[in-house]
Amino acid sequence: MSAFVLVHLLVALALPAVARRNTRAAFAIAAVPPAAALTWVLARSGSVLSGDAVVEQIPWAPLLGLEFTFRLDALALLMTLLVAGIGVLVLVYSIGYFQPGSGDARRSAPLLLAFAGAMFGLVLADDLLTVYVFWELTTICSFLLVGQAGISRESRRSALQALMITTMGGLAMLLGFVVLGEAAGTYRISEIIDEPPGGAQLAVAATLILVGALTKSAQMPFHNWLPTAMVAPTPISAYLHAASMVKAGIFLVARLGPVFVGVPQWWVPTLVFGLFTMVVGGWRALHETDLKKLLAYGTVSQLGFLMVLVGQGTYAAALAGAAMLLAHGMFKATLFLVVGAVDHQAGTRDVRELSGLGRRMPALAIIALLAAASMAGLPPMLGFLGKEAAFGAFLGTGGGGLLVDFVLVLGSVFTVAYSARLLWGAFGDKPGVHPTAAKPPNALLLVPAAVPAFAGVVLGVGYPLTDELAGSYAAVFGAGADAPHLELWHGFELPLLFSVLAVAAGLWAHAARARLTAVRNRLPKLLDAQRGYERMMALLERTAVGVTGRTQVGSLPTYLAIILLTVLAVPGSVLLYHAHIPDDMRLYHNLLQVPLAVLVIIAAIAAVRAKRRLTAVLVVGVIGYGIGGLFIVDGGPDVALAQFLVETLTMVAFVFVLRRLPTRFTKGDAARSLRWPKLALSVAGGVVIALAAVLFSAARQRPPDVSADFIAQSEKGAGATNVVNAILVDFRAFDTVGEISVLAVAATGVASLVLASRFDRRRRSTRGAAAVASAEKPGAVLSGNGHRHEEVQE
Amino acid sequence: MTTDPRITAPQNGQRNRGPWTGWDAPRERWLLSGFPRDGRERAMLLELAARIVFPTVLVLSIYLLFAGHDRAGGGFSGGLVAGQAFALRYLAGGRMDDSAIISLRPPVLIGLGLTIATLTGFVPLMFGNELLESAIYKIGVPLLGQIKFVTSIVLDIGVYLLIIGVVLDLLRTLGSGVEADAAAAERGQA
Repeated sequence: MSAFVLVHLLVALALPAVARRNTRAAFAIAAVPPAAALTWVLARSGSVLSGDAVVEQIPWAPLLGLEFTFRLDALALLMTLLVAGIGVLVLVYSIGYFQPGSGDARRSAPLLLAFAGAMFGLVLADDLLTVYVFWELTTICSFLLVGQAGISRESRRSALQALMITTMGGLAMLLGFVVLGEAAGTYRISEIIDEPPGGAQLAVAATLILVGALTKSAQMPFHNWLPTAMVAPTPISAYLHAASMVKAGIFLVARLGPVFVGVPQWWVPTLVFGLFTMVVGGWRALHETDLKKLLAYGTVSQLGFLMVLVGQGTYAAALAGAAMLLAHGMFKATLFLVVGAVDHQAGTRDVRELSGLGRRMPALAIIALLAAASMAGLPPMLGFLGKEAAFGAFLGTGGGGLLVDFVLVLGSVFTVAYSARLLWGAFGDKPGVHPTAAKPPNALLLVPAAVPAFAGVVLGVGYPLTDELAGSYAAVFGAGADAPHLELWHGFELPLLFSVLAVAAGLWAHAARARLTAVRNRLPKLLDAQRGYERMMALLERTAVGVTGRTQVGSLPTYLAIILLTVLAVPGSVLLYHAHIPDDMRLYHNLLQVPLAVLVIIAAIAAVRAKRRLTAVLVVGVIGYGIGGLFIVDGGPDVALAQFLVETLTMVAFVFVLRRLPTRFTKGDAARSLRWPKLALSVAGGVVIALAAVLFSAARQRPPDVSADFIAQSEKGAGATNVVNAILVDFRAFDTVGEISVLAVAATGVASLVLASRFDRRRRSTRGAAAVASAEKPGAVLSGNGHRHEEVQE
Repeated sequence: MTTDPRITAPQNGQRNRGPWTGWDAPRERWLLSGFPRDGRERAMLLELAARIVFPTVLVLSIYLLFAGHDRAGGGFSGGLVAGQAFALRYLAGGRMDDSAIISLRPPVLIGLGLTIATLTGFVPLMFGNELLESAIYKIGVPLLGQIKFVTSIVLDIGVYLLIIGVVLDLLRTLGSGVEADAAAAERGQA
């Protein structure tokens, strides 16, 4: 299993090379790994459904107890059908959908495959941390796929919004995973299910994990990222934002359901948020004019429905949930692909502009009809099986169950209504609208949309198969004696009545849509999640600007003062408290130290007294060389060599910068008034550092064992007679690599800052100097002392 | 070198040398490449010294790199010495020409050094050893005797390249960057 995940990711890495030459070939190649994974999983479906899970474990960091664990069980099988199956279809569809060679196509092919790999890893993961890793990988893929080139402000904002909301939830979820894993003593999901922990920790973990699941699966009030993410190309919306990624939250709730059976912090939020989302999402879908937005709100609504079902923790609800999970993946993928084909052929997906397409594209219309029928819950579709089972799951649990069923029926009414609206909007003949000119789509667009639509029919008619698929997942909750089954005909019972009611009322609602929209427009807008999100982001940005503005004042003396004060306060006070002057202090132990020390002291005084910047720099250099001399006297030629070299380079750098600064130090009035505090701070800082140097070097009583060990090992172990070098490149080579990485980052950062500020200034000056363009000739001769002129003027 | 069109060699038979006080002013570019510093005072002694010393210092830096194992030196010191050779060259001859024979952009050099240093750390893993573990090879070479090769030298080479890159970056940004800035400001004020 891990091999399949790895192959997905590796092929995705290599794919840009293909995509640069031929995007259609890239999509075709990208479809191969998911197809192979699907075949492999299907070949094992028989044993998996009978309860034999395939398990694979790869140690990652065994010392930390981290490992990648994969487990193919019934739920994973169900999700793989969606992830890999629809993945293949979407990738094939993309061959026909994307403009060959376009930037979107070049970016999307590898990213879609990488996403498929991450999603595949997510559904197979049996370890909480593995789940988290793949969970965030899908988020990142989604960010890149929605953002695309990032040229339009809308795509950037949508991509960022999805990223912000889902990673916020993801972080809470990670916390929940840690709480759960620590409480259970293991991060293996299958082991946690066998022995769930109890108590307050479980409740905390439930709440935190739900935050992640609810945000990822776009439950209200976190739903707003999903409709805005529809700026992505349609195949991406079909795959990520309908069939697979948004199901990750549902999947997680389904996966961890057995752990949290009966925990109110688990089932109450899923029920309340789910029902609310289902109704409000459906209501909003009814009023959209953009077919894709309509489907997006429909997805939000259906995700709410799924959340209700998988969160309950009963066999009946889980059975309905699994069936609906499968059904929704199928019909929603079909409908997105159909809308994409309409958009591709007609150039618009606005309900008000499309007319008469049903006659021009009968095949597409039939496909859409099949999918919409499944969505509306008409027999003999898969959606009908799921919806009947869902209505049945809440009957017989008393008055509360009836209330839930009532809300579910209300949500279904809206579902039927927007299904009808979708069909009518895309394919219907509208009086007063000019028939849209469009050619029927080719097979590449048609076939991938048709496959899941017909699968919905097959799985509906062949209900025993569906029952086995869904039942084998639901079995984790214990089937019980009279376990319900998925059937097309239950007899004349309440669920059938509910279905009939929903369809009838839904069709009426579609017919009366104009009046309903008018009602909606009259309703006061109480809460707008989108505006709430925007306000929160604005507040965050304002706070960030405020904090930065107050802490980063841009004054070097202030920064220095803060650093020195911190040194005085934290290590300095502790140092004074524990100060213990060693008794055996000598003034010097080598006569050469005396002239060197005198030199350093004189240079230090001269640096303070210097009036010119250049003098100050040179004198500071003398201090550095003096210290280097002390190193030589004390027998550290390596350190001394490095000290001399760094000192030289520092001086060169100083001189470079000094060219752009006034020759003399300038003293403002403010500087004069702060003179004494500055003096006191500098003296105190110097004294504390000097004291620290004395105390620290006296704290060592005898050569530590590690030094002796290094010296003994350097010749034999590292092949170096220079022990300093042996430490640098062998014993502590890891430190060296870390240090040079820091150096590389710092150097690149400084260079970028300098170059960026130059670029800024140049741009400003070219804008301002348009009038004096004649003076801008490259290579204009500078006057001999122009350099100095400028220094004075600055 | 005389085929290089960038170097304006004095033409034979040219008699008009101007006033005698300017006879010793350099007429050709002493350094292999680099931009002439328009109107700026050129220090002939410095240019000449840089031209002579530059390759020597580079060789010294490589010596330091390899000597580091048994004597003072190492990748860090060697890299700094080489970097200072470039600094000297910059001070004498101005900013480096993009069309120089070997033109490596500093970020590339930094990245190369870091990559070498990091990747060598992973090589021992492939032979079932610890991360960053070093091995010692001794090869007998005729005339030279036995040569000891310690794999950790590769890490040191990475450090060496990275340090050179950092110094060159410094020359590019604070050196020629500031210079170009000054020139731009001058033009803007003119």
